[in-house]
Amino acid sequence: MAFESLQPKLLLLAAALLALFTMAAYTVYFERRISAWIQNRIGPNRVGPFGLLQPLADVLKLLFKEDIAPAAADRLLHRLAPMISVTAAVATIGVLPFAHNLILADVNIGILYILAITSLNVYGITLSGWASNSKYALLGGLRSSAQLISYEIAMGLAVLSVVVQSESLMTSQIVEAQAEIWNVLRNPLGFLIFLITAFAETNRLPFDLPEAEQELVAGYHTEYSSMKFGMFYVAEYMNVVLSSAVITTLFFGGYLVPFGHLFMSDLPAWARTGLEVLSFFGKTGFFVFVFIWVRWTIPRFKYNQLMRLGWVYLFPLAVLNLVLVALARMLF
Amino acid sequence: MDTLTRTRRRLEALIEESHLEIWREHNRALLRRLESKHSSVEFIGDALSTEMVLNIGPQHPATHGVLRVVARLDGEIIRSCVIDIGYLHRGIEKVAEYKTFQEFMPYTDRMDYLSPYSNNVALCLAVEKLAQIEVPERAQYIRTIACELARLLAHLLWLGSMVMDAGAVSMFLWTFREREKIYDIFDLIAGARLTVSHCRIGGVASDLTPEAIEAIRAFIRNFPRELRAWEKLLNKNRIWLERNEGIGVVSAERALELGLTGPNLRASGVPYDVRTFEPYLVYDRVEFEVPVRTEGDNLARYYVRMEEMRQSVRIIEQCLQQLPPGPIRNENAKLSYPDKQEVYYSMEGLIHDFMYTHWGVCPPKGAEVYAAIEAPKGELGFYIQSDGTGFPWRLKIRSPSFCNIQALESILEGAMVSDVVVLIGGLDPVMGEADK
Repeated sequence: MAFESLQPKLLLLAAALLALFTMAAYTVYFERRISAWIQNRIGPNRVGPFGLLQPLADVLKLLFKEDIAPAAADRLLHRLAPMISVTAAVATIGVLPFAHNLILADVNIGILYILAITSLNVYGITLSGWASNSKYALLGGLRSSAQLISYEIAMGLAVLSVVVQSESLMTSQIVEAQAEIWNVLRNPLGFLIFLITAFAETNRLPFDLPEAEQELVAGYHTEYSSMKFGMFYVAEYMNVVLSSAVITTLFFGGYLVPFGHLFMSDLPAWARTGLEVLSFFGKTGFFVFVFIWVRWTIPRFKYNQLMRLGWVYLFPLAVLNLVLVALARMLF
Repeated sequence: MDTLTRTRRRLEALIEESHLEIWREHNRALLRRLESKHSSVEFIGDALSTEMVLNIGPQHPATHGVLRVVARLDGEIIRSCVIDIGYLHRGIEKVAEYKTFQEFMPYTDRMDYLSPYSNNVALCLAVEKLAQIEVPERAQYIRTIACELARLLAHLLWLGSMVMDAGAVSMFLWTFREREKIYDIFDLIAGARLTVSHCRIGGVASDLTPEAIEAIRAFIRNFPRELRAWEKLLNKNRIWLERNEGIGVVSAERALELGLTGPNLRASGVPYDVRTFEPYLVYDRVEFEVPVRTEGDNLARYYVRMEEMRQSVRIIEQCLQQLPPGPIRNENAKLSYPDKQEVYYSMEGLIHDFMYTHWGVCPPKGAEVYAAIEAPKGELGFYIQSDGTGFPWRLKIRSPSFCNIQALESILEGAMVSDVVVLIGGLDPVMGEADK
């Protein structure tokens, strides 16, 4: 392909990456503000107006911190692990449709790609736990691998039910198939299962066992400092943003503007795209808020409870849901 | 070579690196205990053995200070564990022998630093019993009110930190908001927030001001509502219930054997509370219930303490209603500090003040006494022997946290790593008191 034809894609990529990093950074800011609001505190409000420059200050601080690796650590893996985490998080962005025809790569296996890439995340966490050569980190890494593998199955089945409904693996097709009615209304059980597994996959409370700070000090990233720690941190928040984006895409009509068919056709093309992008990020933002809200309210699962929930409840439910959706698809 | 042997060798090598002989000896002894406890579950020559020795604490976010737990893990399950305490030992009992009784009081603030007022009262009651000093009624009511406020203070920290250890961080901040109000009340009562030292032998240092009474009234009006809100969040929360139900079960007989005390004992079905068993201060003049549960698990400990907070509010309410007028200290200047007015404006007052500070109250020679109160953590007792001087010949503190920690080893074995934090939280030890 010639460079000229790639140019718009590259521009979009740059814009999307910028948006993602900014959103991840500001998710940290909003997490701190919202948690402060929940806990009757004020939260960061010193750097810039309303503390809006706080993420910038945090990144600067992390960059200037000393980078410490334990003496007995596996140097190569210790360095590689945070990179894997961030890469796995960033790569998901490739197949998310931000607006009509505004997508980096509209491949015909978009959904499979998302599942495959998010699975890579477990390598980052497990390897970091292993390479640190620390018991707490190891426990965190082991918990994480068991957790992610258990919940991926239920997640895959929930996604499959959406695929059955929209008869396509392409993310753009899945969004277009929701023009009449959002998937969350046609497939509420699938949405619930996906939401729970998304919490588990992002290692957020109530599923934050890998880094359970009160039990394992900081879990898999106990032995990380400076920007290596920062990368895990960024990866966690990127995962929150991207999970919200995937939930939006699969169940809440993606970029589709609610009641858009009433007035969208009269608008010029640029306004339509703008509205769609706004709609996409608005819905994503709402789910980011849900992620934060839940985190600061609910206690954490225990390891055996987590496994029971995953295998005894979610897995059979997801299978049942898939069968129901498939039957409904066949009959109506 | 099996994993356990390998782990032991590695640990031993680490221990040998240390320069302090006593530290090496101590850790070797810990390891020996850890191994000999259940020697039957050793895996010999198992290449896939999942055992490891995990050192939790003394610097660990969930050990409430400086408690150290050395645990032998099989995956996530604790096979055996040994508790190591003493990291906050300050020799308070020995210090007491070089202080007059009144001088010693600030040290008691620093034992259970979550409820300093209870410790002050326990010391004063013991000394007053020893030297047979009468305490005016008003002072007794003030002490009761402050003791119950201290109980709220301690239970609020327990609630916040136990729920936070289970993962819900916000709860900690909510209980701390309420604790802040109690600290402000103590500021009004005693002029200090944390280390109050407001008691005096034979009474209290200063009277309750009208604004202090108003602040207490305002607090107990609002507090039950907060308590209900927290219970709404926790009592039906599946995750919270499942993390505590059936965890760390101690039967009534076992609880007595282990010497459990306070809410932990009452959660196991033994209705022992010093306040009703052997009433002191004015507890026989107020109505309250002693909550008891029979399950003996961590959830029962949670329910007992939540109910105790409600009962504390009841006690404070009644005390405020009954609060009689009158003096706040024994008026015999040989037994209790004279009033400041007297000290500043009369010769006798100044002499008494000087003598009292220098010699203090002198109980009869050979007298000995044990007096206990129901502190938030359990029975807090002072045993004092006198040699006729103003200094105790021997002062022994029976601290509830020290007794409660004994149960930890037996309830941790067989539990999971995640349970460690909620179990420590449920027993609610304070290391300042356990190590003394």
